[in-house]
Amino acid sequence: MSTFDTIPNTNQDALVEVLLRLADDRLIHGQRLSEWTGHGPELEEDLALANVALDMIGHAASLYGYAAELEGKEDEDYYAYFRDDIDFKNIALVELPRGDFAFTIARQFLFSTFSYFLYTGLIKKVEDEQFRGMLQKHLKEIKYHLRHSREWVLRLGDGTEESHEKIQEAIDEIWMYTGELFDLDDADEAAIKHNHFIDVTSLKPEWKKIVAETLEEATIEMPDDDQYMFSGSRQGRHTEHLGPLLAQMQFLRRSHPEAEWK
Amino acid sequence: MNKTKTLSKSHIWSWLEEVIDPEIPVLNVVEMGIVRDVHYEGDTVVVKITPTYSGCPAMNAIEMEIHKKLKEKGVENFKVLTDFKESWTTDWMTAHARKKLKEYGIAPPEDTEESDDFLTELKGSQKVVPCPYCDSMDTVLQSEFGSTACKSLYYCKGCEQPFEHFKCI
Repeated sequence: MSTFDTIPNTNQDALVEVLLRLADDRLIHGQRLSEWTGHGPELEEDLALANVALDMIGHAASLYGYAAELEGKEDEDYYAYFRDDIDFKNIALVELPRGDFAFTIARQFLFSTFSYFLYTGLIKKVEDEQFRGMLQKHLKEIKYHLRHSREWVLRLGDGTEESHEKIQEAIDEIWMYTGELFDLDDADEAAIKHNHFIDVTSLKPEWKKIVAETLEEATIEMPDDDQYMFSGSRQGRHTEHLGPLLAQMQFLRRSHPEAEWK
Repeated sequence: MNKTKTLSKSHIWSWLEEVIDPEIPVLNVVEMGIVRDVHYEGDTVVVKITPTYSGCPAMNAIEMEIHKKLKEKGVENFKVLTDFKESWTTDWMTAHARKKLKEYGIAPPEDTEESDDFLTELKGSQKVVPCPYCDSMDTVLQSEFGSTACKSLYYCKGCEQPFEHFKCI
């Protein structure tokens, strides 16, 4: 399905759309995180960010792989390398430039907290065995990401004056991109009918509770929800940052589409 | 062609035990719990594997090693499938494998407890991992993430050695 197609109405189309949306978030986030490899503030964090990136890309690969199987594509690479920015359904939050370490951690924390609740909810609802198996696997890893990023939010917030300032700025800057986490559109509604998705708007109170508690403990002020919230990425209306990211990620494969690693 | 058919599944399993995990070279892929099933589809041997971690870069290497091993043993018709229906857990590692891990200097995983209350746990303290070298309980977590996706980094205050712990999932 591409951006301007109609709402998926068959069971399979609805499932494919969910798989792609989840996978796009994870691939783009993983690509952003991978930019830290070799540039982390210390060795342990370099390894940690590279590990989380690997998990993210692994999650995307399994979800894309299943979509490819359902749609009769050769493999997962089709979705990663041969679609354009308008076809990607990831939320803007994950495509924003990596910023500094505080920004990366703030984004990871907000996204992992959301992912934790989303996956926990999906596992209860999803009937498709293969999809549910993947979700269960990913959730185990998401818990590690959440624990890691939460601890860093605390350390930075409750650390030095400089670290506090940086993490506060990061949270403030990112906040307008968190609205999209809880946007529900027609494709989601269709997927909910087929038991492939859940009503994400219902996750907001739980998400907000964990975020508020953590920020308070970290002495970070929670931004106001009553502000402009970015939206539209799920329909393919992205920020200016996604195009360059894709260009870098896709160019080699597109230049040599038949090439194989030997 | 008919040669394949006569092979018993236990032969295949024992050959798979010769395939070593490239990142933890003291364990084979059967002990790791990576090989989930071996069965026949007609004349074809089907080996089902499941990844330890989603992004584990060793999975491709493991699949290639299985291919190499089965070819070397003269199996002509086979396929290796990756299955996601069950998600891998460190509980599938045999006791023997855990012992070997410890001897190799990696603190083995404990049994996982399905915790219903991850969110409370999130704010609580970390569990104690004993040092694989000196068994001291006086160890500290240095990083949740180590040199591979499946390990975290610890430091033992007893023998003043850093060590890796196989994460429980």
